[in-house]
Amino acid sequence: MRAALTILLKDLRQQFRDTTLLTFGLALPLGLAFLLTLTLGGNEKQQFIGRYAVAGGAAFTEQVLRPMAERGYITLRELPGWDAGAALVDKGEVDAVFVVPPDGRTGTLEVIGNVDAAIAVDVARGLAQSYATELRTTGLAVAVAMQGRDADAGELARLAQAAPTPVALDTSTPVLRKQLDPATYHAAGMAVFFLFFGAVVSAAGIFAERAGGTLVRLIAAPIPRWSIVAGKSVGGVVTGIVTMTVLIATSGLLLGARWGDPLGVAALVAATVLAVCGITTVVASFARTAEQASNWVSIVATVLGVFGGALFPIAQVGLLPYLGYVTPHRWFLSGLAELAGGGTASAVVSPVLVLLAIAVVTGGVAVHRSGRMLRVTGGVA
Amino acid sequence: MPVLEVDNITKLYGESVAVDTLSFTIDQGETYGLLGPNGAGKTTAISMIVGVLDRDAGQVRVGGRPHSPADRRSKALIGYVPQDLALYHDISARENLRFFTKLYGMSRAAAAREIERVLEAVGLADRADDAVRTYSGGMARRLNIAIGLLHRPKLLILDEPTVGVDPQSRNAILASVRELAGEGVAILYTTHYMEEAERLCDRIGILDGGRLRAEGTRRELVGLVGEHDQVVFKVEGDPAHAVPVLEAAPGVGRVQRVEGEDGEVVAFVADARAAMTELMAAVAAGGVAVRSVEVREPDLEAVFLHLTGRALRD
Repeated sequence: MRAALTILLKDLRQQFRDTTLLTFGLALPLGLAFLLTLTLGGNEKQQFIGRYAVAGGAAFTEQVLRPMAERGYITLRELPGWDAGAALVDKGEVDAVFVVPPDGRTGTLEVIGNVDAAIAVDVARGLAQSYATELRTTGLAVAVAMQGRDADAGELARLAQAAPTPVALDTSTPVLRKQLDPATYHAAGMAVFFLFFGAVVSAAGIFAERAGGTLVRLIAAPIPRWSIVAGKSVGGVVTGIVTMTVLIATSGLLLGARWGDPLGVAALVAATVLAVCGITTVVASFARTAEQASNWVSIVATVLGVFGGALFPIAQVGLLPYLGYVTPHRWFLSGLAELAGGGTASAVVSPVLVLLAIAVVTGGVAVHRSGRMLRVTGGVA
Repeated sequence: MPVLEVDNITKLYGESVAVDTLSFTIDQGETYGLLGPNGAGKTTAISMIVGVLDRDAGQVRVGGRPHSPADRRSKALIGYVPQDLALYHDISARENLRFFTKLYGMSRAAAAREIERVLEAVGLADRADDAVRTYSGGMARRLNIAIGLLHRPKLLILDEPTVGVDPQSRNAILASVRELAGEGVAILYTTHYMEEAERLCDRIGILDGGRLRAEGTRRELVGLVGEHDQVVFKVEGDPAHAVPVLEAAPGVGRVQRVEGEDGEVVAFVADARAAMTELMAAVAAGGVAVRSVEVREPDLEAVFLHLTGRALRD
């Protein structure tokens, strides 16, 4: 055990000096999480604000746009007509212009969009479409209500008030609350994605020892062979836990990521690191060189990252959602979602157990194959 | 009791025999050279002896103990200096040495003492805290050797330690090896440099194609092929005059006039140093004016050629 610890400490010293750990463990995941949060949104302090203008249609303006502007969701300018709107869009002064028919009810509701503000234009289209749909629904309801009657306006108002309250969306239900905010999602996704790249440095460490000529010296030393493999493997686990912990703390401070119950997060991090180190070591054990191991692990990390939903939410199509269940990313993220929903450590027992099962299976295979990694097939000079 | 006993070790790679029933012993304070060209099987043999490579047959005993890759006690008796530099280049020489003292289970105090000792011994004390990547090739070679000496091994195995080393570093390395042998360390030294084997080794094994072709002291090996020392005289005037004079001198086997060389005559004797006094007396008495005298001893190159039919550096 002492020899394994000696090898571990030597590896850590080397990794800190050559900045590999800092780059793959912290700088890259944190930087990418920051960029993704910035570009895809999610930080409440950087809330989306659409810059809109409207021409005509007082009802649409007063019922839909004005309340949004008053709440600070959008900025709103009123314009005389289509030409003025098009000119503002061309200049980039507004993201989209609503051109509403004069009576607000018949004709075409047009959205002139700025090509450089795709999200704002999509939101504008959504608003316009919702308004048009509501008008159509209201008209239809009135037509149905008046069918065969000679109703006056007073009766229509009474009928409308007697109508049942429409279904409303309750965003406080547990299922919806168990969803990571974008900053936490991106930070967690990048953390587990880049964990592979940090772990492969340790997993392929034996190849590096071989290439550097030091493996024969380690094997010739009076230490058990397993201590060489153990030193490398434990190194991956230690560096993984350290970098994940630093990343979680830093993303909380810089990106506003909310990770939830610390004990639950710690259990998830430890289990995820073990699972990733197991997978990485198995992949590396099939390689012949450190470069080959790194390349293979990069491919595996990317594929698992995609299917595990670490890079972007996975489409709910066919078998795709189910493929995620074989990845540590999926279980790590779902565990974090449980914590985001207010769960404590007990809420992540299932994800942690699955992650540990992955670690045990892959770790077993890695131990079985470690003898091959240590085999010396030296020349005959 | 020999420090190292190698008994019929064999290594096969498929149908190919890399090392074939190799046997030899090394006593305390003895330097044994394994001499052979590249590909002769030296590194494979050493890898099996050290325990880095599994043997297909044969036994190795170190300090009287059966030695296997799993036997940590016999491994602790061996200092190993691999042919390739086995160093961590991103850390300093001192950190490299400290790492290996821990692997060899040395106490903190003993480690500090031995690190200073070996740094002084290989002349790296003043650069001990510099990263190894800043070292010249010769300095890195010397550090490579220093690691093998750290734990004061009873058996030091050096696998071609002077490959790619400048003459100054080479001389320093050879001097260190001689000093260690003087201290009682048994040394196994592989090389394909004939001069090194001749300068350094008490006994030499000639390895070729994985087999030990011959073994003995330099003189014993030379004796195997019947070679003689040569005393080369450069004389004034007609060298033909010197031939009968030298032929008549005691201990001279034959005399040969060298074609194409101005005034050169060669006397073949069993032992040039022993015969020199009488040869000089003979030429003086015979009235031969001698410009210079050179002694050429038969070398291992000739022995290797005789045993294998190939030059050592083929």
